Amino acid sequence: MKLSDIVCVDAVIPDLSVTDRDEVIKELVGVLSAVGKIPKTRAKDIAAAVISRENEASTGIGKGVAVPHVKHSSVKKVVAAIGCSTSGIDFSSLDKEPAYSVILLLSPENNPDKHLQAMENIFKNLQKDDFRRFLRQARTAEAIYEVLTDFCDE
Amino acid sequence: MVLSESICEIEIEIRNADGLHMRPAMQFVDVASKYQCDIKVSNGDTKVDAKSIMQMTMLAAICGTKLTVRAEGVDCRQAIDELQELVEEKLFGEPPKK
Repeated sequence: MKLSDIVCVDAVIPDLSVTDRDEVIKELVGVLSAVGKIPKTRAKDIAAAVISRENEASTGIGKGVAVPHVKHSSVKKVVAAIGCSTSGIDFSSLDKEPAYSVILLLSPENNPDKHLQAMENIFKNLQKDDFRRFLRQARTAEAIYEVLTDFCDE
Repeated sequence: MVLSESICEIEIEIRNADGLHMRPAMQFVDVASKYQCDIKVSNGDTKVDAKSIMQMTMLAAICGTKLTVRAEGVDCRQAIDELQELVEEKLFGEPPKK
């Protein structure tokens, strides 16, 4: 599994229009629903589940990135969306710094192993200083997707 | 297995159904970070720092995965004991596989 296989190419937002954590989550879930990756009728419910998960324990792992995620019965296949913000979003991160890159991951409820594989993939890349830096510097959806594919080919 | 006074290594098995996803990984990091000793966790392919959430999540340890935990430092024994308890007895407070 490659990162570029998980992230939906049409669900990359280079300049998030909102800076509130919950609104960012809704925007990212919304774009996945708009491109048909999740059922439109369930988008609200899925966003609420992500927010509720986030309230239990922040996925703002520091270094400017956050990985909100949830396992949900309406999600058929592991899928991710990426949103970037130049102003930064308060994710109650471990290092108290704002998140500039947000990777939203949605997984089916009944396949925990697949979810772990996707997380491994995301974190393997986030771990690299260059990956985080390029992701943060990318200003267009194309540039962001290029960062993903470049790092996956390594 | 106690290799010397200040090195301690064990194999632990992930037993909760959902595996080492982010929340359990955070619990693991929280416990590991309480101790002074240096702690490394390996799944055979990847060896990571037990005090880094990014690295721990990279292990992708599913239910049934065996991990080698190696601690080096004065309080390694206590650290290993508490980590083993968290993973194999408390199961991170999560249900086992049905």
